[in-house]
Amino acid sequence: MTYAPQTPSESAYNFAYLDEQTKRMIRRALLKGIAIPGYQVPFASREMPMPYGWGTGGVQVTASIIGKDDCLKMIDQGSDDTTNAVSLRGFFKKTAGVATTFETADASIIQTRHRIPEKPLREDQVIVFQVPIPEPLRFLEPRETETRKMHGLEDYGLMHVKLYEDIAKNGHIATTYAYPVKVNGRYVMDPSPTPKFDNPKIDRMPALQLYGAGREQRVYAVPPYTDVKSLDFEDYPFEVQSFDKPCGLCSAEGVYLDEVILDDHGGRMFVCSDTNHCEERRAQGLTGPMAAAPTAAQLSDGNEPKPETRT
Amino acid sequence: MSLETRQAPAGSNAVLAAGFSDPVHDAQRCFRALMNAMAQPGKRQTYDASQLKPPVPLTPMGAALALTLFDYDTAIWLDPGLARSLDVLAFLRFHTSAPIVSTPVEASFAIVSDPAQMSALSNFNQGSADYPDRSTTVILLNQTFSTDEHVELSGPGLKEPESFSSTPVPNGFWRQVQANNAQYPRGVDLVFAGTDKIAALPRSTRISPKGA
Repeated sequence: MTYAPQTPSESAYNFAYLDEQTKRMIRRALLKGIAIPGYQVPFASREMPMPYGWGTGGVQVTASIIGKDDCLKMIDQGSDDTTNAVSLRGFFKKTAGVATTFETADASIIQTRHRIPEKPLREDQVIVFQVPIPEPLRFLEPRETETRKMHGLEDYGLMHVKLYEDIAKNGHIATTYAYPVKVNGRYVMDPSPTPKFDNPKIDRMPALQLYGAGREQRVYAVPPYTDVKSLDFEDYPFEVQSFDKPCGLCSAEGVYLDEVILDDHGGRMFVCSDTNHCEERRAQGLTGPMAAAPTAAQLSDGNEPKPETRT
Repeated sequence: MSLETRQAPAGSNAVLAAGFSDPVHDAQRCFRALMNAMAQPGKRQTYDASQLKPPVPLTPMGAALALTLFDYDTAIWLDPGLARSLDVLAFLRFHTSAPIVSTPVEASFAIVSDPAQMSALSNFNQGSADYPDRSTTVILLNQTFSTDEHVELSGPGLKEPESFSSTPVPNGFWRQVQANNAQYPRGVDLVFAGTDKIAALPRSTRISPKGA
């Protein structure tokens, strides 16, 4: 048996950091998760060389599925170049030596913290979500023994009461992220704290979705083209956030926008949360009303890192 | 257990067959093929297991799946053909350390080398309402995928209903699968292992018979 040295990765560790037994255990859990869409499969989450909350669940899922030929995209709130994304991308570059990319279309695996790229995903792509609290019923019922029973009996009345109370208090369903969904007409699932804006994207998405929660020791999955319905009422149908202005830098409409504070005199603008989408549009010459503003210069060019491309 | 007893048991003169030549990446490739098969029910995924020369009646693809999935945490059940072969037992014990159980209901994985004679799916662990993930995954060996359309599949993983056929399977098999999948979220998951192709039918797939 030969173990080829893994260059340029850290050869003191196994490929993608995890040992093979751990990978097998997570792989078996993932297969069950795929076979029972939306059901949270318990798994023996490992200590990772990063704190809980940093994406240990997503990292373990990615480490279990990734191969030498994969191309990895890592995003944090839609952005490729914020702290969490940069450090986790570095982790896989170091331990697996895989190609990484900023381009949604080039990636075979996309690990994400709380956003889904604006560009539609394909059948040959896998999206891995980092999940903090996988149990949608947890804040309604703190006991795991009870929530497990509730899932077993498909007893989701409490969730509808919660949404009803939202309406009674606020006049509309005020849940804006981690908006509960029903998967394949059976399990109520927390789509991780993505804004509800992204909920329509997970319904019949062509890509396989894998969810990993490290601290809570759960993985779950949604296979391609699975019906995922956001919970609502006939008279209060589910709706997503809408923005009255386009992206300040690339003028994109119908995308999720982040508010950026520009100065301490109340100056602000709204820009695409998906940085790759925004850069791509600007490269095509599409510019928004703020693109030329001196206050926004730091965001529209200058400090922007060069997108990495597949090698 | 001493090293001597790890060798093939008495009555067999075979040298223990080798496992994956590149355990990390071979297992990863095999898993990805299986993961895609499970995520897209009925769709054939390619994996080349020809490097493995396991003792008969275990097939190279069956051995690859065993090396990819089994370890000391997984109880496995073997059909009589496999369980009779001391070489197969030695191969699986040495490479996976998986405990081999004698009743199907205890198994997390089952390997069936002679699917035409296989026992009813209801004999395997169906999982519980609280823990449906604890059911058995049944791996059928020696499968040939044909164009005869036996059943139509729909549900998660399928953009449009697709037809599927795999042989050999016992009489009334598709009715059993239909009944199995009707108890969703409980029920077993099926893996069809051919020579260089695998397909899977998770319990979430809805099955309607076509023709015969």
